[in-house]
Amino acid sequence: MSEIVTHAKLRLIAVPGLDRPAALITLDNGLDHTKPNTFGPGGLTSLSQAIDEAHAANPSFIAVTGKPYIFCVGADLTGFSAMTSREQVVQIGRLGHATFAKLRESTVPTFAFVNGAAMGGGLEVALHCHYRTLSSGAAALALPEVSLGLIPGWGGSQVLPNLIGIVPAAQVVVQNPLMMNKMLKPQQAAEMGVADVLLEPADFLERSLEWAAGVVNGTVTVNRAEVDRSEMWDAVVGFARGELDKRLHGAVPAASKALDLLLLAKNGVTAEGIETEIQALADLAVTPELRSGLYAFDLVQRRAKRPAGAPDKSLARKITKVGVVGAGLMASQLALLFAKRLEVPVVLTDLDQARVDKGVVYVHAEIDKAVSKGRMSVGTAAKLRGLVSGSVDKSVFADADLVIEAVFEELSVKKAVWAELEQIVKPETVLATNTSSLSVTAMAADLAHPERVVGFHFFNPVAMMPLLEIVRGEATDDATLATAFAVGRQLKKSCVLVKDAPAFVVNRILTRFLGEIWNAVDAGTPLKTADRALDPLGLPMRPMALLALVGPAVAAHVGGTLHGAFPDRFSASPNLAAIAKSGLPLLVDERLNPEVEALLVQGDAPLTGEQVREQALAALAQEIRLMLDEGVVAEAADIDLCMILGAGWPFHLGGITPYLDRAGVSQSVTGRRFA
Amino acid sequence: MPREVRDVVFVDGVRTPFGKANGGIYANTRADDLVVRCIRELLRRNPQLPPERVDEVAIAATTQIGDQGLTIGRTAALLAGLPKTVPGYAIDRMCAGAMTAVTTVASGIAIGAYDVAIAGGVEHMGHHPMGEGVDPNPRFLAEKIVDPSALVMGATAENLHDRLPHLTKQRADAFGLASQQKTAAAYAAGKLQGDLVTVATRDPETGWGLATADEAPRETTLEKLAGLKTPFRPHGKVTAGNAAGLNDGATSCLLAAEDTARELGLPIAMRLVSYGFVGVEPEVMGVGPIPSTERALRLGGLTIDDIGLFELNEAFAVQVLAFLDHFGIADDDPRVNPWGGAIAVGHPLASSGVRLMTQLARQFAEHPEVRYGLTAMCIGIGMGGTVIWENPNWEGAK
Repeated sequence: MSEIVTHAKLRLIAVPGLDRPAALITLDNGLDHTKPNTFGPGGLTSLSQAIDEAHAANPSFIAVTGKPYIFCVGADLTGFSAMTSREQVVQIGRLGHATFAKLRESTVPTFAFVNGAAMGGGLEVALHCHYRTLSSGAAALALPEVSLGLIPGWGGSQVLPNLIGIVPAAQVVVQNPLMMNKMLKPQQAAEMGVADVLLEPADFLERSLEWAAGVVNGTVTVNRAEVDRSEMWDAVVGFARGELDKRLHGAVPAASKALDLLLLAKNGVTAEGIETEIQALADLAVTPELRSGLYAFDLVQRRAKRPAGAPDKSLARKITKVGVVGAGLMASQLALLFAKRLEVPVVLTDLDQARVDKGVVYVHAEIDKAVSKGRMSVGTAAKLRGLVSGSVDKSVFADADLVIEAVFEELSVKKAVWAELEQIVKPETVLATNTSSLSVTAMAADLAHPERVVGFHFFNPVAMMPLLEIVRGEATDDATLATAFAVGRQLKKSCVLVKDAPAFVVNRILTRFLGEIWNAVDAGTPLKTADRALDPLGLPMRPMALLALVGPAVAAHVGGTLHGAFPDRFSASPNLAAIAKSGLPLLVDERLNPEVEALLVQGDAPLTGEQVREQALAALAQEIRLMLDEGVVAEAADIDLCMILGAGWPFHLGGITPYLDRAGVSQSVTGRRFA
Repeated sequence: MPREVRDVVFVDGVRTPFGKANGGIYANTRADDLVVRCIRELLRRNPQLPPERVDEVAIAATTQIGDQGLTIGRTAALLAGLPKTVPGYAIDRMCAGAMTAVTTVASGIAIGAYDVAIAGGVEHMGHHPMGEGVDPNPRFLAEKIVDPSALVMGATAENLHDRLPHLTKQRADAFGLASQQKTAAAYAAGKLQGDLVTVATRDPETGWGLATADEAPRETTLEKLAGLKTPFRPHGKVTAGNAAGLNDGATSCLLAAEDTARELGLPIAMRLVSYGFVGVEPEVMGVGPIPSTERALRLGGLTIDDIGLFELNEAFAVQVLAFLDHFGIADDDPRVNPWGGAIAVGHPLASSGVRLMTQLARQFAEHPEVRYGLTAMCIGIGMGGTVIWENPNWEGAK
């Protein structure tokens, strides 16, 4: 794919207060803000030429700004993905450095007017300028490279710490990218010293030019905090490395490279530092972790927005009222989510008034909390309070277009709910079940209109987790499914179409994987050894921490369903059952609870950590292959998308199948790769 | 309830540089953004004024649709970042829109409805050509309520030449040339720059730029002017050289009760004496400022001899000459438009009234010997408007 070139458009402009014109360079790829500015070789060359032309005009200063709402969001990733050799990466690294150095080493003062979103190479070009103004309306600032498996390779790792100091620089370069790719708000960035002055968006460019003129003619003084270059610098990098190892166990080479570079930056922006950065970029660019990172980025940016297998949108029915069966915690969370996103009346029902009241009170309390934290306006809160109501009489569902149930996970209970509801609701009302493991087909079996039943598998906490597994039962028709996807989109969830198979995707994979851990424990492997066996993968949490989060009882329930369906592969661990029954916490102060360890009844065939890992990975490869053969999802990419969004599995593994491929597990276990 | 009328003062005024309407510097800039920029600059130049003390924002536009629609006074206030408690409205009296915004909020201040108000105007004649979307009632012509030429401003200027034949094309051209020369001299002496707010202008092809000066002024000669086309009538007298062009621009000013200005420490640039609006025959709308000035003088208890400075809108040279001729003032009287006028800098219809005031205010500061000055303009469909101001720097008061 050819580069969409972000052109650097140079204009010489008169600025009050200066004798000579200023050179203003606008970065603009000619498209609207939904297609942000990026840098490929063409864009860098254009900028380089514009800077040369600016110098030739002997301007009072040179400034770089962006198109409306966007400064520049960094390297053109499509172009980057297409690079096949290390030498190509070295070249693009050098081109970026050579271009940006013209701003940093300029004898004429240089400015960046960061009017909008600035990420990666976009933020780096600004960092190379002598001064920066920043719009308080800019969407976000970040150096997200490490999240993909790269490092900021156009000077970010060297210039930033020398501008703002090591502590905030480590946060921006390493810590934030690894925390769900956290971005900086303009206020925060300005406080850190990333910008010299924060200006309001309404007259950002006019004020920026005026400020720059003031800096040039001496009427504005720029104050920056002194950067602390004491041994504290080494200590901070050392501490960050320790924290990183605890969490990722070396699974993210980019993070540790980034720390090496930050350490090197202590001596200032040096030729050695720059060369090391370029080589590090090139080293990382050819790693499998980067390939996985780019693949994962593409999944969440693109595939998540265009779900595979979703029927035509035009088939979706309009939802003007939602019913929620049950008023427990899950039901109340769903009620709030539906009201907030769909902005239609949502009515909760339960067996008695006390339960209904409790559900409505919960929703109102959550709304109040959002208002008091400044996350919701008073007007929106008033509207939402009006939208959510409760009743013990299910006849309130008569005019609902969608009813979702969140009652006890028991097929007979759910079937009874639907049977009762079918007497009340319209024949085309969508009946959605929030089940984590029961069969949607079985649930719909005895209904007059089974075609309107669909599964909505949310993840906890439903307000936060981005994934929604949409389950198509055997009878589910296209209109119902299209409606489900339309609703999912309105709920701002990334939807994945899943066949009605036991435990769907995320729970099935996690259960199979945890099952292998329990098999090892049951056989005699120390709990601690088994728990740490997967550390080299850099998963977001260890198995026991995950189990503690889900709750042993829920895990045992899902495990039971899967054991019933596939007894050969999903064992029912007596130790897990015992722990669930005991009600003891798995972890105390983030360490394994000795009381739990004391409960274990183990065999005499302990495995090493490596053996546990091999078995767990083999089990994953086998299970995913079976799921693909069963048609649970359309492609392996959907499995990865589910694991990234539903379980937080990391970009550097590409979810999971790219890792299983590159580690050779899929080939050796199933005789073929996933991709 | 008996009450006193309060003195109203002009605190400060600003404008954008005026651009040419078609393909000019503001081709890709929104009209509302132009006036928002003026309002923000007023607030910035007067930090003593707490924004919540602004009681009204009246913004004029002749064509109140698109980027000049949606009750532009209110929307501009919100876009400028004024507190949501500050109200606003849109106002229209064609060329005298901003002038009417001033007199209307000033009247509100005088009776105590407001303490502080912002008045201004905007016209993006590139986005909204004159006459866009108008639907004149057929009765105007059927019942001969107005002459068919009344809606074409250039034609009304030709009509004025007909009625006052001694105001020759040569006199009009000479006045036009003088306007250009006075404007050039004022720019060279740095007289006009202080009123201007810079405007960032984006061109999708060439990137961002910055408007810092009027686009329309040009160097010319009497010979060149004599050769220009007369678009409104074959062998006519009105040309692009002796009339204001089609322009984009915005203005805003800050008005306050004098006691409030003193309380807040706001500067007092001018004090309102009186104002008058009067209707005339629409087909010779250019004579409008004559009766409106007579009315304002009468209401202020003044005569034309009391006026030491004149800022007259130069919609057409002939219409200014008619005014001067009526009051016995020479075509080149130094009290009149000392820094040139609309023929040079342009006339973005509804915005111009405040430009006259802002310039008069700066001249007051330079002329403590002058006690009174006036701003006047002719208005489409046959009207004139005049506002008389007192110079607070007048040395006779000391």
